[in-house]
Amino acid sequence: MKFRSPLRGPWLTSVLGVALLAALPLVIVTGLLDYVAYGPGQSIPGDVGLLHLPAIDWPTRPSWLFRLTQGVHVGLGLVLVPMVLAKLWSVIPRLFAWPPVTSPAHALERATLLMLVGGILFEIVTGLMNIQYDYAFGFSFYTAHYIGAWVFIAGLVAHVVLKLPVARRALRTRSLRAELRVPTTAPEPVDDDVDGGLVATDPAPPTMSRRGALALVGGGALFVATITAGQTIGGPLRDLAVLLPRGREDFPINRTAAAAAIEPTATGAAWRLALGDRSFSRADLLRLPQHTARLPIACVEGWSTVQDWTGVRLRDLAALAGVPSPGSAFVESLDAGPFGRATLSAGQVLDPDALLALQVNGADLSPDHGYPARVIVPALPGVHCTKWVRSITFREA
Amino acid sequence: MVTLAQRVGAGPAQLATLVACLALAAYAAFFLLGDPALLRMLVWFAAAAVVHDLVVFPLYAGADRLLAALLPGPKVNYLRVPALGAGLALLMFWPGIVRQGEVTHLAATGLDQAPYLGRWLVLCAVLFGASAVVFGARVGLRRLRA
Repeated sequence: MKFRSPLRGPWLTSVLGVALLAALPLVIVTGLLDYVAYGPGQSIPGDVGLLHLPAIDWPTRPSWLFRLTQGVHVGLGLVLVPMVLAKLWSVIPRLFAWPPVTSPAHALERATLLMLVGGILFEIVTGLMNIQYDYAFGFSFYTAHYIGAWVFIAGLVAHVVLKLPVARRALRTRSLRAELRVPTTAPEPVDDDVDGGLVATDPAPPTMSRRGALALVGGGALFVATITAGQTIGGPLRDLAVLLPRGREDFPINRTAAAAAIEPTATGAAWRLALGDRSFSRADLLRLPQHTARLPIACVEGWSTVQDWTGVRLRDLAALAGVPSPGSAFVESLDAGPFGRATLSAGQVLDPDALLALQVNGADLSPDHGYPARVIVPALPGVHCTKWVRSITFREA
Repeated sequence: MVTLAQRVGAGPAQLATLVACLALAAYAAFFLLGDPALLRMLVWFAAAAVVHDLVVFPLYAGADRLLAALLPGPKVNYLRVPALGAGLALLMFWPGIVRQGEVTHLAATGLDQAPYLGRWLVLCAVLFGASAVVFGARVGLRRLRA
């Protein structure tokens, strides 16, 4: 195979590498934070040994915390796809370098490169499929994406430690500012000191300047941002998110009542909320003091939306249940699926805006949004804002 | 004299980094032992790299050579840039566009995947159309100046 693009060279690769190095830690840290946000005993996968951030009591303030962390994780992850592809394009001649292994250490390095490249592509593919509800891979998304991330992190650390000094030298060979000021097309000089093998020995005639190539990659990132950011940010941008399930919808859902097999008879007049040994009809709950809070609901898949929720404060319900300062609350849904139950921490129950919502935007909840009652807690991952609630057990501290 | 570092191909610090990172990955993979889907995960992990290097890259590099042969010089960019945008969108949003995962998509969102293909085609039309407008404007400006 002959690689003839006059654009390839250690400088261009290093610019792309450094840009990725600046952004990837944000994607990694927000991903690891979201694992912690699910709460003790509820993170998936369950047993990961030492491979997690310190377990913290996930706060309820700021109320947009989970919206931010998960929005950055998914949103920035999407925006980096064209940059990752460009970086892989820029180094592809190295993949076919001969001989494939020159020393024992080089064999180890190539193993870490498989972790790096396989890892980032695996994370991108599983992440993209998950946010589009395509589970053709047939394994647990959570487990694979989380463990895959750690394999990628290991590959990334090795790559950065080994290559950062080379990238530094390569970046010193030309000025980014000068390169952006004037379009240049002459190939980078072949310089063994900054990792040879990327510059084409027999370059094709140029069709694009180096400045143009950088603009193309940046433009690709901007293009992806334009057609995806709306699912998190909302507003007029939402209409531009044309290829994502959560685009063009102001108030998305994550599971329909039909999918959760919620029978209309179970949510009708016969519905009761069980609080320990007491039970409440929906009319009983509507007679209790109502509180309205404007809160975001944000999903692990990156989308979020802000709505006005009205209902009974969870702390009022805790007092009614005879546990005014609970250590936790266990919420159960009529939904028998895997997310039909959730445990809330004391902080999450006692927040003044933590509600068992009966209405949203002044109207009764719709069946798909959790009628007759659902949990909404500031900064709580959306999947724990249990819909179709049938019981809440407040536990003593 | 050939030193040990030369024979191994790296200094002690680099070697230690490599070994530590491989150990971290092995430790992470350890939590998958006993997972009935472990083999599928490994296959998808390896396939992610192989499909990119041996399918996706040759496909787009080949298409680019074809474009460059049809339209020599920098003019190729008026086709290359919108084609890259359209291809990137197709690659990233493939499941929705080809309607893969229809049942889970409906169960989650209450919506079907029918609109995505049409929206992607509109997106393609916008990208190629914008490129054509820029091309036309540049040609027009050049003629005005001449």
